[in-house]
Amino acid sequence: MEFAFTQEQEELRREARAFLDANPDAPLSALRDLGWLGVSVAEDKGGGGMSFIEEAILFEEAGRSLYAGPFLTTAVVLPALPEVGEESWSLEVGGLVPYLGTVDRVLRENMTSVAAAGEDLSTMDETRPLGRLGDVAQSQALEGDAAAVRRRLLVALALEAVGVAQRALELSIAYVGERQQFGKPIGVYQAVSHPLADTYVETELARSLAYWAAWCIAEDDPQAGVAAASAKAFCAETAVAACERAIQVHGGVGFTWEHALHRYYKRAQWIDAFAGFAAEQRALVAASLLD
Amino acid sequence: MARAEAPPHLGVIGLGMAGPTIIAHGTDAHKAEHLDKILSTEEIWCQGFSEPDAGSDLAAVRTSAELKGDVFVVNGQKVWSSFAHIADWCILVTRSDPASEKHAGLTYLMVDMHAPGVEVRPLRQITGEAEFNEIFFTDVAVPVANALGEIGGGWAVAMTTLLHERGTLGFALTAGLEMQIGKVIALAKELGATEVQRDRIAYEWIGLQGLRYMNYRSLTKLMQTGVPGPEGSGAKLWWSEANQRVTKLALELLGPNAQLWGDGSDRDGYWQHQQLRSRGNTIEAGTSEILRNIIAERVLGLPRGR
Repeated sequence: MEFAFTQEQEELRREARAFLDANPDAPLSALRDLGWLGVSVAEDKGGGGMSFIEEAILFEEAGRSLYAGPFLTTAVVLPALPEVGEESWSLEVGGLVPYLGTVDRVLRENMTSVAAAGEDLSTMDETRPLGRLGDVAQSQALEGDAAAVRRRLLVALALEAVGVAQRALELSIAYVGERQQFGKPIGVYQAVSHPLADTYVETELARSLAYWAAWCIAEDDPQAGVAAASAKAFCAETAVAACERAIQVHGGVGFTWEHALHRYYKRAQWIDAFAGFAAEQRALVAASLLD
Repeated sequence: MARAEAPPHLGVIGLGMAGPTIIAHGTDAHKAEHLDKILSTEEIWCQGFSEPDAGSDLAAVRTSAELKGDVFVVNGQKVWSSFAHIADWCILVTRSDPASEKHAGLTYLMVDMHAPGVEVRPLRQITGEAEFNEIFFTDVAVPVANALGEIGGGWAVAMTTLLHERGTLGFALTAGLEMQIGKVIALAKELGATEVQRDRIAYEWIGLQGLRYMNYRSLTKLMQTGVPGPEGSGAKLWWSEANQRVTKLALELLGPNAQLWGDGSDRDGYWQHQQLRSRGNTIEAGTSEILRNIIAERVLGLPRGR
Protein backbone atom coordinates (compact mmCIF):
# COMPACT_ATOMS: atom_id res chain seq x y z
CA MET A 1 0.00 0.00 0.00
CA GLU A 2 1.39 3.39 -1.00
CA PHE A 3 0.68 5.86 1.74
CA ALA A 4 2.35 8.99 0.43
CA PHE A 5 1.39 12.07 -1.52
CA THR A 6 1.92 12.24 -5.26
CA GLN A 7 4.41 14.67 -6.78
CA GLU A 8 1.54 16.91 -7.87
CA GLN A 9 0.18 16.97 -4.34
CA GLU A 10 3.61 17.82 -2.92
CA GLU A 11 3.85 20.60 -5.47
CA LEU A 12 0.46 21.94 -4.32
CA ARG A 13 1.75 21.93 -0.74
CA ARG A 14 4.88 23.88 -1.72
CA GLU A 15 2.80 26.44 -3.61
CA ALA A 16 0.34 26.81 -0.75
CA ARG A 17 3.08 27.25 1.84
CA ALA A 18 4.95 29.79 -0.27
CA PHE A 19 1.77 31.80 -0.92
CA LEU A 20 0.60 31.80 2.70
CA ASP A 21 4.07 32.64 4.04
CA ALA A 22 4.19 35.64 1.70
CA ASN A 23 0.52 36.63 2.11
CA PRO A 24 -0.68 35.62 5.57
CA ASP A 25 -3.50 38.19 5.43
CA ALA A 26 -4.67 37.45 1.89
CA PRO A 27 -8.43 37.95 1.45
CA LEU A 28 -10.58 34.93 0.70
CA SER A 29 -11.00 36.21 -2.87
CA ALA A 30 -7.25 35.72 -3.41
CA LEU A 31 -7.57 32.08 -2.35
CA ARG A 32 -10.56 31.73 -4.66
CA ASP A 33 -8.42 33.07 -7.52
CA LEU A 34 -5.85 30.38 -6.75
CA GLY A 35 -8.57 27.76 -7.15
CA TRP A 36 -8.52 26.75 -3.47
CA LEU A 37 -12.30 26.91 -2.98
CA GLY A 38 -14.31 23.88 -3.98
CA VAL A 39 -11.19 21.85 -4.76
CA SER A 40 -13.00 18.55 -4.17
CA VAL A 41 -16.24 19.59 -5.92
CA ALA A 42 -16.88 18.21 -9.42
CA GLU A 43 -15.94 20.51 -12.29
CA ASP A 44 -19.50 20.55 -13.70
CA LYS A 45 -20.61 22.04 -10.36
CA GLY A 46 -17.99 24.76 -10.60
CA GLY A 47 -15.38 23.02 -8.47
CA GLY A 48 -11.78 21.98 -8.95
CA GLY A 49 -12.55 18.35 -9.80
CA MET A 50 -9.88 17.04 -7.45
CA SER A 51 -10.26 15.04 -4.26
CA PHE A 52 -10.49 15.76 -0.54
CA ILE A 53 -6.80 14.79 -0.32
CA GLU A 54 -5.79 17.95 -2.20
CA GLU A 55 -8.17 19.95 -0.02
CA ALA A 56 -6.58 18.31 3.03
CA ILE A 57 -3.18 19.72 2.09
CA LEU A 58 -4.66 23.21 1.96
CA PHE A 59 -6.34 22.86 5.37
CA GLU A 60 -3.05 21.75 6.90
CA GLU A 61 -1.12 24.61 5.35
CA ALA A 62 -3.80 27.14 6.35
CA GLY A 63 -3.45 25.92 9.93
CA ARG A 64 0.34 26.15 9.79
CA SER A 65 0.10 29.81 8.75
CA LEU A 66 -2.86 30.57 11.06
CA TYR A 67 -4.78 31.86 8.05
CA ALA A 68 -7.41 34.21 9.46
CA GLY A 69 -10.09 34.27 6.74
CA PRO A 70 -13.17 32.01 6.37
CA PHE A 71 -11.36 29.51 4.13
CA LEU A 72 -12.00 26.39 6.20
CA THR A 73 -15.70 27.07 6.73
CA THR A 74 -16.35 27.95 3.09
CA ALA A 75 -14.42 24.93 1.80
CA VAL A 76 -16.24 22.59 4.17
CA VAL A 77 -19.70 23.83 3.11
CA LEU A 78 -19.18 24.08 -0.66
CA PRO A 79 -19.57 20.35 -1.48
CA ALA A 80 -23.06 20.48 0.13
CA LEU A 81 -24.25 23.20 -2.27
CA PRO A 82 -25.83 22.67 -5.71
CA GLU A 83 -22.86 24.51 -7.17
CA VAL A 84 -19.83 26.54 -6.20
CA GLY A 85 -20.68 30.23 -6.30
CA GLU A 86 -18.98 33.46 -5.30
CA GLU A 87 -20.35 33.60 -1.76
CA SER A 88 -18.32 32.96 1.35
CA TRP A 89 -19.76 30.53 3.88
CA SER A 90 -19.74 29.51 7.47
CA LEU A 91 -21.63 26.90 9.42
CA GLU A 92 -23.45 26.92 12.73
CA VAL A 93 -22.39 24.27 15.24
CA GLY A 94 -23.87 24.21 18.73
CA GLY A 95 -25.24 27.73 18.27
CA LEU A 96 -21.88 29.26 17.31
CA VAL A 97 -20.90 30.54 13.87
CA PRO A 98 -17.23 31.20 13.03
CA TYR A 99 -16.63 34.40 11.04
CA LEU A 100 -20.32 35.39 11.26
CA GLY A 101 -19.44 39.03 10.68
CA THR A 102 -17.31 38.23 7.62
CA VAL A 103 -19.19 35.63 5.57
CA ASP A 104 -22.19 35.94 3.26
CA ARG A 105 -24.18 32.87 4.24
CA VAL A 106 -24.42 30.29 7.02
CA LEU A 107 -25.29 26.60 6.83
CA ARG A 108 -27.30 25.44 9.83
CA GLU A 109 -27.25 21.94 11.34
CA ASN A 110 -30.73 21.19 9.94
CA MET A 111 -29.30 21.74 6.44
CA THR A 112 -30.97 25.05 5.80
CA SER A 113 -28.99 28.10 4.85
CA VAL A 114 -29.50 31.69 5.93
CA ALA A 115 -27.92 35.07 5.25
CA ALA A 116 -25.23 35.83 7.82
CA ALA A 117 -26.67 38.23 10.39
CA GLY A 118 -26.46 38.39 14.14
CA GLU A 119 -24.27 39.15 17.07
CA ASP A 120 -20.46 38.93 16.92
CA LEU A 121 -18.80 37.76 20.11
CA SER A 122 -15.23 38.27 21.21
CA THR A 123 -13.12 35.12 21.28
CA MET A 124 -9.87 33.97 22.87
CA ASP A 125 -8.52 33.34 19.37
CA GLU A 126 -8.81 36.78 17.83
CA THR A 127 -8.05 35.36 14.38
CA ARG A 128 -11.17 33.21 14.41
CA PRO A 129 -14.20 35.10 15.69
CA LEU A 130 -17.47 33.44 16.63
CA GLY A 131 -21.01 34.82 16.44
CA ARG A 132 -24.60 33.89 17.16
CA LEU A 133 -27.25 34.10 14.48
CA GLY A 134 -29.99 36.68 15.09
CA ASP A 135 -33.60 36.40 13.97
CA VAL A 136 -33.52 34.51 10.73
CA ALA A 137 -35.71 36.03 8.06
CA GLN A 138 -35.58 33.53 5.24
CA SER A 139 -34.00 30.12 5.21
CA GLN A 140 -33.31 27.95 2.23
CA ALA A 141 -33.33 24.14 2.39
CA LEU A 142 -30.39 22.19 0.99
CA GLU A 143 -30.22 18.64 -0.33
CA GLY A 144 -26.80 17.83 1.16
CA ASP A 145 -25.99 15.32 3.87
CA ALA A 146 -25.52 16.93 7.33
CA ALA A 147 -23.36 14.03 8.57
CA ALA A 148 -21.03 14.45 5.60
CA VAL A 149 -20.65 18.16 6.33
CA ARG A 150 -19.81 17.39 9.94
CA ARG A 151 -17.23 14.77 8.92
CA ARG A 152 -15.54 17.23 6.58
CA LEU A 153 -15.54 19.85 9.33
CA LEU A 154 -13.94 17.52 11.87
CA VAL A 155 -11.24 16.38 9.46
CA ALA A 156 -10.53 19.91 8.24
CA LEU A 157 -10.07 20.99 11.87
CA ALA A 158 -7.86 17.97 12.52
CA LEU A 159 -5.68 18.90 9.54
CA GLU A 160 -5.44 22.51 10.70
CA ALA A 161 -4.39 21.21 14.10
CA VAL A 162 -1.58 19.21 12.49
CA GLY A 163 -0.35 22.39 10.83
CA VAL A 164 -0.50 24.25 14.15
CA ALA A 165 1.37 21.46 16.00
CA GLN A 166 4.04 21.27 13.30
CA ARG A 167 4.63 25.02 13.43
CA ALA A 168 4.81 25.04 17.24
CA LEU A 169 7.40 22.26 17.04
CA GLU A 170 9.44 24.12 14.39
CA LEU A 171 9.45 27.32 16.45
CA SER A 172 10.56 25.30 19.50
CA ILE A 173 13.38 23.55 17.64
CA ALA A 174 14.72 26.85 16.35
CA TYR A 175 14.54 28.51 19.75
CA VAL A 176 16.16 25.78 21.88
CA GLY A 177 19.02 25.55 19.37
CA GLU A 178 19.77 29.27 19.76
CA ARG A 179 18.89 30.19 23.31
CA GLN A 180 21.92 29.80 25.59
CA GLN A 181 21.81 29.24 29.35
CA PHE A 182 24.59 27.90 31.56
CA GLY A 183 26.86 28.30 28.54
CA LYS A 184 25.04 25.87 26.28
CA PRO A 185 22.07 25.91 23.92
CA ILE A 186 19.16 24.75 26.08
CA GLY A 187 18.29 22.03 23.53
CA VAL A 188 21.15 19.91 24.93
CA TYR A 189 19.24 19.49 28.20
CA GLN A 190 17.01 16.46 28.17
CA ALA A 191 14.40 18.18 30.32
CA VAL A 192 13.98 20.47 27.30
CA SER A 193 14.59 18.08 24.40
CA HIS A 194 12.48 15.13 25.57
CA PRO A 195 9.15 16.99 25.66
CA LEU A 196 9.88 18.09 22.09
CA ALA A 197 10.56 14.47 21.11
CA ASP A 198 7.11 13.67 22.50
CA THR A 199 5.60 16.47 20.44
CA TYR A 200 7.28 15.01 17.37
CA VAL A 201 5.89 11.51 17.98
CA GLU A 202 2.39 12.80 18.71
CA THR A 203 2.46 15.10 15.69
CA GLU A 204 3.44 12.23 13.38
CA LEU A 205 0.64 10.08 14.80
CA ALA A 206 -1.76 13.00 14.46
CA ARG A 207 -0.69 13.57 10.87
CA SER A 208 -1.19 9.88 10.11
CA LEU A 209 -4.68 9.95 11.62
CA ALA A 210 -5.62 13.13 9.77
CA TYR A 211 -4.44 11.77 6.41
CA TRP A 212 -6.25 8.48 7.07
CA ALA A 213 -9.46 10.36 7.87
CA ALA A 214 -9.02 12.55 4.78
CA TRP A 215 -8.55 9.43 2.68
CA CYS A 216 -11.72 7.91 4.20
CA ILE A 217 -13.66 11.03 3.16
CA ALA A 218 -12.16 11.08 -0.32
CA GLU A 219 -13.04 7.40 -0.79
CA ASP A 220 -16.42 7.63 0.95
CA ASP A 221 -15.18 4.85 3.24
CA PRO A 222 -17.68 3.44 5.77
CA GLN A 223 -15.14 4.17 8.53
CA ALA A 224 -15.18 7.90 7.70
CA GLY A 225 -17.30 8.87 10.73
CA VAL A 226 -15.12 7.08 13.28
CA ALA A 227 -11.96 8.22 11.49
CA ALA A 228 -13.11 11.85 11.55
CA ALA A 229 -13.92 11.75 15.29
CA SER A 230 -10.61 9.96 15.99
CA ALA A 231 -8.57 12.45 14.02
CA LYS A 232 -10.32 15.48 15.53
CA ALA A 233 -9.77 14.18 19.07
CA PHE A 234 -6.12 13.24 18.69
CA CYS A 235 -4.99 16.10 16.46
CA ALA A 236 -6.61 18.82 18.57
CA GLU A 237 -5.07 17.50 21.79
CA THR A 238 -1.73 17.12 20.04
CA ALA A 239 -1.81 20.74 18.87
CA VAL A 240 -2.74 22.01 22.34
CA ALA A 241 0.05 19.97 23.97
CA ALA A 242 2.55 21.00 21.27
CA CYS A 243 1.82 24.67 21.96
CA GLU A 244 1.98 24.21 25.72
CA ARG A 245 5.37 22.53 25.47
CA ALA A 246 6.50 25.21 23.02
CA ILE A 247 5.52 27.97 25.46
CA GLN A 248 7.33 26.16 28.27
CA VAL A 249 10.61 25.67 26.39
CA HIS A 250 10.50 29.30 25.23
CA GLY A 251 10.46 30.39 28.86
CA GLY A 252 9.41 33.97 29.60
CA VAL A 253 9.33 35.12 25.99
CA GLY A 254 6.84 32.38 25.09
CA PHE A 255 4.42 33.89 27.56
CA THR A 256 4.44 37.34 25.99
CA TRP A 257 1.87 38.92 23.72
CA GLU A 258 4.53 39.95 21.21
CA HIS A 259 5.58 36.36 20.51
CA ALA A 260 3.53 34.41 17.95
CA LEU A 261 3.10 31.36 20.16
CA HIS A 262 -0.01 32.54 22.00
CA ARG A 263 -1.82 32.84 18.68
CA TYR A 264 -1.00 29.22 17.83
CA TYR A 265 -2.02 28.15 21.31
CA LYS A 266 -5.36 29.93 21.09
CA ARG A 267 -6.05 28.48 17.65
CA ALA A 268 -5.26 24.99 18.96
CA GLN A 269 -7.72 25.48 21.80
CA TRP A 270 -10.32 26.88 19.43
CA ILE A 271 -9.99 23.77 17.28
CA ASP A 272 -10.30 21.47 20.31
CA ALA A 273 -13.43 23.26 21.55
CA PHE A 274 -15.35 23.70 18.29
CA ALA A 275 -17.73 20.86 17.37
CA GLY A 276 -16.82 19.03 20.58
CA PHE A 277 -13.73 18.61 22.74
CA ALA A 278 -11.61 15.46 22.36
CA ALA A 279 -13.42 13.54 25.09
CA GLU A 280 -16.72 14.09 23.28
CA GLN A 281 -15.23 12.69 20.06
CA ARG A 282 -13.79 9.73 21.95
CA ALA A 283 -17.23 8.97 23.41
CA LEU A 284 -18.43 8.45 19.82
CA VAL A 285 -15.44 6.23 19.06
CA ALA A 286 -16.03 4.23 22.26
CA ALA A 287 -19.68 3.74 21.32
CA SER A 288 -18.66 2.35 17.93
CA LEU A 289 -16.18 -0.03 19.57
CA LEU A 290 -18.16 -1.16 22.60
CA ASP A 291 -21.91 -0.80 22.04
CA MET B 1 1.89 -13.18 12.71
CA ALA B 2 1.62 -11.11 15.87
CA ARG B 3 -1.99 -10.40 14.93
CA ALA B 4 -2.65 -14.14 14.82
CA GLU B 5 -1.11 -14.39 18.29
CA ALA B 6 1.83 -16.40 17.02
CA PRO B 7 4.67 -16.37 19.55
CA PRO B 8 7.69 -14.32 18.52
CA HIS B 9 9.25 -16.51 15.86
CA LEU B 10 12.67 -18.03 16.43
CA GLY B 11 14.11 -16.32 13.39
CA VAL B 12 13.30 -12.82 14.57
CA ILE B 13 16.89 -11.79 15.41
CA GLY B 14 18.25 -13.39 12.25
CA LEU B 15 15.62 -11.97 9.92
CA GLY B 16 15.17 -8.57 11.49
CA MET B 17 18.70 -7.79 12.64
CA ALA B 18 21.54 -10.16 11.64
CA GLY B 19 20.33 -10.61 8.05
CA PRO B 20 20.02 -6.90 7.18
CA THR B 21 23.40 -6.23 8.83
CA ILE B 22 25.08 -9.01 6.80
CA ILE B 23 23.48 -7.60 3.65
CA ALA B 24 24.84 -4.14 4.48
CA HIS B 25 28.33 -5.03 5.74
CA GLY B 26 29.05 -8.69 4.91
CA THR B 27 31.34 -10.16 2.27
CA ASP B 28 29.98 -12.33 -0.52
CA ALA B 29 31.16 -15.34 1.48
CA HIS B 30 29.19 -14.16 4.55
CA LYS B 31 26.07 -13.71 2.47
CA ALA B 32 26.42 -17.11 0.81
CA GLU B 33 26.99 -18.82 4.12
CA HIS B 34 24.19 -17.25 6.15
CA LEU B 35 21.40 -15.50 4.27
CA ASP B 36 19.60 -18.57 2.95
CA LYS B 37 19.86 -20.29 6.31
CA ILE B 38 18.50 -17.22 8.08
CA LEU B 39 15.53 -17.10 5.72
CA SER B 40 14.80 -20.80 6.24
CA THR B 41 15.43 -20.46 10.02
CA GLU B 42 17.90 -23.31 9.70
CA GLU B 43 20.14 -20.91 11.62
CA ILE B 44 18.74 -19.33 14.76
CA TRP B 45 20.50 -16.13 15.81
CA CYS B 46 20.82 -14.23 19.04
CA GLN B 47 22.18 -10.79 19.87
CA GLY B 48 25.18 -10.08 22.12
CA PHE B 49 25.17 -6.33 22.61
CA SER B 50 24.25 -5.36 26.19
CA GLU B 51 26.58 -6.09 29.10
CA PRO B 52 26.12 -5.65 32.85
CA ASP B 53 27.99 -2.32 32.62
CA ALA B 54 27.00 -1.41 29.06
CA GLY B 55 23.25 -0.97 28.65
CA SER B 56 22.11 2.25 27.05
CA ASP B 57 25.79 3.22 26.82
CA LEU B 58 26.57 0.49 24.32
CA ALA B 59 29.95 2.05 23.53
CA ALA B 60 31.09 1.00 27.02
CA VAL B 61 31.25 -2.71 26.06
CA ARG B 62 34.17 -4.58 27.59
CA THR B 63 33.84 -8.09 26.14
CA SER B 64 37.31 -8.45 24.65
CA ALA B 65 38.39 -9.90 21.33
CA GLU B 66 42.12 -10.37 21.27
CA LEU B 67 43.65 -10.99 17.85
CA LYS B 68 45.94 -14.04 17.92
CA GLY B 69 46.97 -15.22 14.48
CA ASP B 70 43.83 -15.83 12.44
CA VAL B 71 41.41 -15.91 15.37
CA PHE B 72 39.95 -13.49 17.87
CA VAL B 73 40.01 -14.89 21.42
CA VAL B 74 36.78 -13.67 23.02
CA ASN B 75 36.24 -13.21 26.76
CA GLY B 76 33.35 -11.48 28.53
CA GLN B 77 29.69 -11.47 29.48
CA LYS B 78 26.55 -10.40 27.59
CA VAL B 79 23.02 -9.99 29.00
CA TRP B 80 19.39 -9.73 27.84
CA SER B 81 19.93 -12.12 24.98
CA SER B 82 16.70 -13.71 23.68
CA PHE B 83 16.94 -17.17 22.12
CA ALA B 84 20.61 -17.54 23.18
CA HIS B 85 19.82 -20.95 24.72
CA ILE B 86 18.81 -22.31 21.33
CA ALA B 87 20.80 -20.06 19.02
CA ASP B 88 23.39 -21.30 16.51
CA TRP B 89 24.97 -17.90 15.95
CA CYS B 90 25.42 -14.66 17.83
CA ILE B 91 25.98 -11.14 16.54
CA LEU B 92 28.51 -9.91 19.06
CA VAL B 93 29.91 -6.45 19.74
CA THR B 94 33.42 -6.73 21.19
CA ARG B 95 36.33 -4.48 22.09
CA SER B 96 39.21 -5.63 19.91
CA ASP B 97 41.58 -2.80 20.90
CA PRO B 98 42.04 -2.91 24.71
CA ALA B 99 43.53 0.60 24.70
CA SER B 100 40.48 2.06 22.93
CA GLU B 101 37.56 3.91 24.46
CA LYS B 102 33.96 4.49 23.53
CA HIS B 103 33.01 4.06 19.85
CA ALA B 104 36.52 3.36 18.55
CA GLY B 105 38.23 -0.03 18.74
CA LEU B 106 35.05 -2.12 18.58
CA THR B 107 34.71 -5.12 16.29
CA TYR B 108 31.46 -6.78 15.28
CA LEU B 109 31.75 -10.59 15.16
CA MET B 110 29.54 -13.46 14.14
CA VAL B 111 30.14 -16.14 16.76
CA ASP B 112 29.26 -19.82 16.56
CA MET B 113 27.22 -20.49 19.71
CA HIS B 114 28.27 -24.14 19.64
CA ALA B 115 31.98 -23.23 19.97
CA PRO B 116 33.87 -24.33 23.09
CA GLY B 117 33.84 -21.70 25.84
CA VAL B 118 30.31 -20.38 25.17
CA GLU B 119 27.99 -20.81 28.16
CA VAL B 120 24.35 -19.69 28.31
CA ARG B 121 22.45 -19.17 31.57
CA PRO B 122 18.77 -18.23 31.74
CA LEU B 123 17.92 -14.89 33.35
CA ARG B 124 14.74 -14.96 35.43
CA GLN B 125 12.71 -11.78 35.09
CA ILE B 126 9.88 -9.88 36.80
CA THR B 127 7.23 -12.29 35.45
CA GLY B 128 9.05 -15.30 36.91
CA GLU B 129 9.93 -16.67 33.48
CA ALA B 130 13.31 -16.81 31.82
CA GLU B 131 12.79 -15.28 28.41
CA PHE B 132 16.31 -13.87 28.17
CA ASN B 133 19.76 -15.23 28.88
CA GLU B 134 23.20 -14.28 29.97
CA ILE B 135 26.02 -15.47 27.73
CA PHE B 136 29.52 -16.08 29.09
CA PHE B 137 32.47 -16.26 26.70
CA THR B 138 35.66 -17.88 28.00
CA ASP B 139 38.59 -18.01 25.56
CA VAL B 140 36.23 -18.58 22.62
CA ALA B 141 38.17 -18.74 19.34
CA VAL B 142 36.40 -16.83 16.55
CA PRO B 143 37.93 -16.85 13.05
CA VAL B 144 38.99 -13.38 11.87
CA ALA B 145 36.95 -14.05 8.76
CA ASN B 146 33.83 -13.84 10.96
CA ALA B 147 34.24 -10.09 11.50
CA LEU B 148 31.48 -8.06 9.89
CA GLY B 149 32.81 -4.79 8.54
CA GLU B 150 36.22 -3.38 9.45
CA ILE B 151 38.21 -4.54 12.46
CA GLY B 152 37.83 -1.60 14.83
CA GLY B 153 34.82 -0.38 12.85
CA GLY B 154 32.18 -2.32 14.79
CA TRP B 155 30.23 0.72 15.99
CA ALA B 156 28.92 1.59 12.53
CA VAL B 157 27.89 -2.04 11.99
CA ALA B 158 26.07 -2.13 15.34
CA MET B 159 24.19 1.04 14.40
CA THR B 160 22.95 -0.67 11.22
CA THR B 161 21.60 -3.52 13.35
CA LEU B 162 19.82 -1.17 15.74
CA LEU B 163 18.32 0.90 12.95
CA HIS B 164 16.82 -2.25 11.48
CA GLU B 165 15.73 -3.50 14.89
CA ARG B 166 13.66 -0.39 15.52
CA GLY B 167 12.77 0.40 11.95
CA THR B 168 11.22 -2.90 11.02
CA LEU B 169 9.96 -3.72 14.49
CA GLY B 170 7.11 -1.25 14.06
CA PHE B 171 4.83 -3.57 12.12
CA ALA B 172 5.12 -6.52 14.51
CA LEU B 173 4.65 -4.25 17.52
CA THR B 174 1.61 -2.58 16.01
CA ALA B 175 0.07 -5.93 15.20
CA GLY B 176 0.75 -7.01 18.78
CA LEU B 177 -0.91 -3.89 20.15
CA GLU B 178 -3.88 -4.38 17.85
CA MET B 179 -4.33 -7.86 19.31
CA GLN B 180 -4.09 -6.54 22.89
CA ILE B 181 -6.57 -3.72 22.31
CA GLY B 182 -8.94 -6.16 20.64
CA LYS B 183 -8.80 -8.30 23.76
CA VAL B 184 -9.38 -5.27 26.01
CA ILE B 185 -12.44 -4.31 23.97
CA ALA B 186 -13.78 -7.84 24.35
CA LEU B 187 -13.05 -7.72 28.08
CA ALA B 188 -14.87 -4.40 28.48
CA LYS B 189 -17.89 -5.78 26.61
CA GLU B 190 -17.94 -8.82 28.86
CA LEU B 191 -17.29 -7.17 32.24
CA GLY B 192 -18.49 -3.63 31.59
CA ALA B 193 -16.52 -0.37 31.65
CA THR B 194 -17.00 3.00 33.32
CA GLU B 195 -17.20 6.20 31.28
CA VAL B 196 -13.58 6.94 32.17
CA GLN B 197 -12.50 3.46 31.08
CA ARG B 198 -14.46 3.81 27.84
CA ASP B 199 -12.63 7.07 27.17
CA ARG B 200 -9.27 5.38 27.73
CA ILE B 201 -10.18 2.46 25.46
CA ALA B 202 -11.13 4.90 22.70
CA TYR B 203 -7.89 6.84 23.29
CA GLU B 204 -5.78 3.70 22.87
CA TRP B 205 -7.72 2.55 19.82
CA ILE B 206 -7.21 5.95 18.20
CA GLY B 207 -3.48 5.86 18.99
CA LEU B 208 -3.32 2.40 17.41
CA GLN B 209 -4.86 3.68 14.17
CA GLY B 210 -2.29 6.49 14.17
CA LEU B 211 0.49 3.93 14.62
CA ARG B 212 -0.83 1.78 11.77
CA TYR B 213 -0.91 4.62 9.28
CA MET B 214 2.41 5.99 10.55
CA ASN B 215 3.89 2.56 9.74
CA TYR B 216 2.44 2.67 6.24
CA ARG B 217 4.01 6.08 5.77
CA SER B 218 7.44 4.88 6.92
CA LEU B 219 7.15 1.69 4.86
CA THR B 220 6.47 3.78 1.77
CA LYS B 221 9.61 5.76 2.61
CA LEU B 222 11.60 2.56 3.26
CA MET B 223 10.62 1.24 -0.16
CA GLN B 224 11.85 4.50 -1.69
CA THR B 225 15.18 4.70 0.18
CA GLY B 226 15.96 1.10 1.24
CA VAL B 227 16.98 2.12 4.77
CA PRO B 228 14.64 2.60 7.72
CA GLY B 229 14.88 6.14 9.07
CA PRO B 230 15.37 7.07 12.71
CA GLU B 231 11.63 7.83 12.74
CA GLY B 232 11.11 4.16 13.65
CA SER B 233 12.17 5.16 17.17
CA GLY B 234 8.91 7.10 17.46
CA ALA B 235 6.77 4.06 16.71
CA LYS B 236 8.63 1.98 19.27
CA LEU B 237 8.30 4.74 21.86
CA TRP B 238 4.54 5.10 21.42
CA TRP B 239 3.94 1.34 21.29
CA SER B 240 5.87 0.65 24.50
CA GLU B 241 4.02 3.24 26.54
CA ALA B 242 0.66 2.34 24.98
CA ASN B 243 1.18 -1.34 25.78
CA GLN B 244 1.90 -0.43 29.39
CA ARG B 245 -1.28 1.65 29.62
CA VAL B 246 -3.40 -0.97 27.87
CA THR B 247 -2.30 -3.86 30.08
CA LYS B 248 -2.92 -1.82 33.22
CA LEU B 249 -6.35 -0.85 31.91
CA ALA B 250 -7.11 -4.55 31.42
CA LEU B 251 -6.22 -5.26 35.06
CA GLU B 252 -8.50 -2.43 36.11
CA LEU B 253 -11.35 -3.95 34.10
CA LEU B 254 -10.77 -7.24 35.95
CA GLY B 255 -11.30 -5.48 39.27
CA PRO B 256 -9.80 -6.83 42.51
CA ASN B 257 -9.47 -10.26 40.85
CA ALA B 258 -6.56 -8.71 39.01
CA GLN B 259 -4.35 -9.69 41.93
CA LEU B 260 -5.00 -13.43 41.43
CA TRP B 261 -2.15 -15.16 39.61
CA GLY B 262 -1.63 -18.14 37.36
CA ASP B 263 -3.81 -21.08 36.33
CA GLY B 264 -7.38 -20.77 37.50
CA SER B 265 -7.26 -16.99 37.77
CA ASP B 266 -9.09 -14.93 35.17
CA ARG B 267 -7.90 -16.03 31.69
CA ASP B 268 -5.18 -18.03 33.53
CA GLY B 269 -3.40 -14.85 34.51
CA TYR B 270 -2.93 -13.60 30.95
CA TRP B 271 -3.28 -9.89 31.79
CA GLN B 272 -1.31 -10.12 35.03
CA HIS B 273 1.57 -11.60 33.07
CA GLN B 274 1.20 -9.12 30.22
CA GLN B 275 1.16 -6.16 32.58
CA LEU B 276 4.37 -7.18 34.35
CA ARG B 277 6.05 -8.03 31.05
CA SER B 278 5.10 -4.63 29.62
CA ARG B 279 7.46 -2.88 32.05
CA GLY B 280 10.28 -4.24 29.90
CA ASN B 281 8.85 -2.60 26.80
CA THR B 282 10.28 0.82 27.63
CA ILE B 283 13.69 -0.73 28.38
CA GLU B 284 14.32 -3.34 25.65
CA ALA B 285 15.42 -2.36 22.13
CA GLY B 286 16.46 1.09 23.29
CA THR B 287 15.13 2.65 26.50
CA SER B 288 12.58 5.40 26.09
CA GLU B 289 15.22 7.86 27.25
CA ILE B 290 17.63 6.78 24.52
CA LEU B 291 14.85 6.85 21.91
CA ARG B 292 13.93 10.41 22.91
CA ASN B 293 17.61 11.35 22.56
CA ILE B 294 17.70 9.80 19.08
CA ILE B 295 14.58 11.68 18.03
CA ALA B 296 15.84 14.95 19.50
CA GLU B 297 19.28 14.72 17.91
CA ARG B 298 18.77 12.80 14.68
CA VAL B 299 15.22 13.67 13.67
CA LEU B 300 14.73 17.15 15.11
CA GLY B 301 18.39 18.17 14.79
CA LEU B 302 18.68 19.54 18.32
CA PRO B 303 22.21 20.14 19.63
CA ARG B 304 23.90 17.00 20.96
CA GLY B 305 24.12 16.64 24.71
CA ARG B 306 26.91 14.06 24.82
